[in-house]
Amino acid sequence: MKEELFISGRDIPNIDPFLNIWHWQIPLYLFLGGLAAGIMFFAGLFTIMGKEKQMATTVKWAPFMVPVALVLGLFALFLDLKHEMYFWRLYTTIRMESPMSWGAWTLMLVTPLSMIWVATYMKELMPRWNWKFDFVEKTVAFFTTKRKEMAWAMMLLAIILGVYTGILLSAFNARPLWNTSILGPLFLVSGLSTGLATIIWMSKDKKERYILSQIDLGLIGIELFLIVHLFMGFLAASAVQIEAAELFLGGQFTVTFWVFVVILGLVFPATLEILEIKGFHIPIWIPALLILFGGLVFRFVMVEAGQITRYLY
Amino acid sequence: MRYAMAIDTRKCVGCSDCVVACQTENNVPHGYCRDWIVENVSGAYPIVEVELRSERCNHCENSPCVRCCPTGASHIVEGGIVMVTHDECIGCGACIQSCPYDARYSHPDGYVDKCTFCQHRLQKGQNTACVEVCPTKCLHFGDIEDPYSDVSLALKNRTWKVLAPEAGTKPQLYFLT
Ligand code: SF4
Ligand code: SF4
Repeated sequence: MKEELFISGRDIPNIDPFLNIWHWQIPLYLFLGGLAAGIMFFAGLFTIMGKEKQMATTVKWAPFMVPVALVLGLFALFLDLKHEMYFWRLYTTIRMESPMSWGAWTLMLVTPLSMIWVATYMKELMPRWNWKFDFVEKTVAFFTTKRKEMAWAMMLLAIILGVYTGILLSAFNARPLWNTSILGPLFLVSGLSTGLATIIWMSKDKKERYILSQIDLGLIGIELFLIVHLFMGFLAASAVQIEAAELFLGGQFTVTFWVFVVILGLVFPATLEILEIKGFHIPIWIPALLILFGGLVFRFVMVEAGQITRYLY
Repeated sequence: MRYAMAIDTRKCVGCSDCVVACQTENNVPHGYCRDWIVENVSGAYPIVEVELRSERCNHCENSPCVRCCPTGASHIVEGGIVMVTHDECIGCGACIQSCPYDARYSHPDGYVDKCTFCQHRLQKGQNTACVEVCPTKCLHFGDIEDPYSDVSLALKNRTWKVLAPEAGTKPQLYFLT
């Protein structure tokens, strides 16, 4: 029999006994970033496909949520910073090795882009809208002619943003739960799905919802596949990653993860969407809300559980 | 030049003098520390073994904390010492997440702080505060590339280990066993 006991003379706030340096701000930031990426991706996609008319909510209305989500997300990130008066330091350098750095720069590009996109649709949605200044009017008119180009940029940046929300975590090899390359695609797909849920919720057009629900079902399928893959990878990896997986397979996050994220956040809304497609009448906000809720819980669980996993002590 | 430290786990008595010396030398805020003692008891009574380790930042050669820092506040200076420039640090916590040794902490003033191998003392030709005060002389510091430095000589005739080598950071604290 062999016992092991560690006594450390350390009790540093937020570090001991478990690392807890990131609180609610980071998961919220990741959630909003993913959601914004989802909406932008599909707005861009259907614009490129020339489906502005059929998919009006996706292309014209839902993007209004993007700048809101991004600004809120950036604000959450700002609240997380402990030395926030030096925030501008993020933008005095680009460090490719640091996901935090290129993520901050991506947001710097994405946020104004999404605002311009919304501006080009302002008049269409509110006919009485007036830009007041002539040069604003002209600028918006110019960008209105460039929607296709913007759509491509939005799609590309949406993918980068979506992947970034996962890579931000997976780049930390010190936290075994995060240190897997599946996190990038998993967060991207989950972000696209939450974006879709938002659009479905907003859409009044049955046909549009039908198309979006079908895409969403595909995404949920991929997400479930990636989650299974994630755990298969952990269980076949080193001791620290097996330990990380055990937090979800009998450990303290088991119920939160499998009940709230997988069943209520993925399987159940997917079932409702299938029923809806089959013609049953399901209030649309129910699956949408569940997906959004599941996505949010997923990020909270990942950020919190990841900080507990470690190599030493 | 490559600074490194060898810690003799057979000589250390766990008195924490190094911890206090560092806190005093570097004005470490109350309740925080840049170095600390780990007491590792293994085995079952009556056959138990105790290992005492004075730990601190490993000044890793492949330092994830420097890589993930978005502003460049975390950087490497001469001799491989990993430093944080306080007024470039935004306190994002990325480096704290990236360190397998939990060697960094968030200073109450907002920036991130950690062991500097007493770089300000080295520049004056002095040794680090922890090495200086250790009553059992179990800490050995110096240039590991110089075969006659204190640390190289300490490593020469002894077995040693590094902590969590599997994390891949190439740590530069060597624990004599
Ligand atoms: S021990 Fe931690 S803080 Fe020190 S260099 Fe290595 S990774 Fe960075
Ligand atoms: S907390 Fe400071 S030193 Fe650490 S990664 Fe962020 S900016 Fe760099």
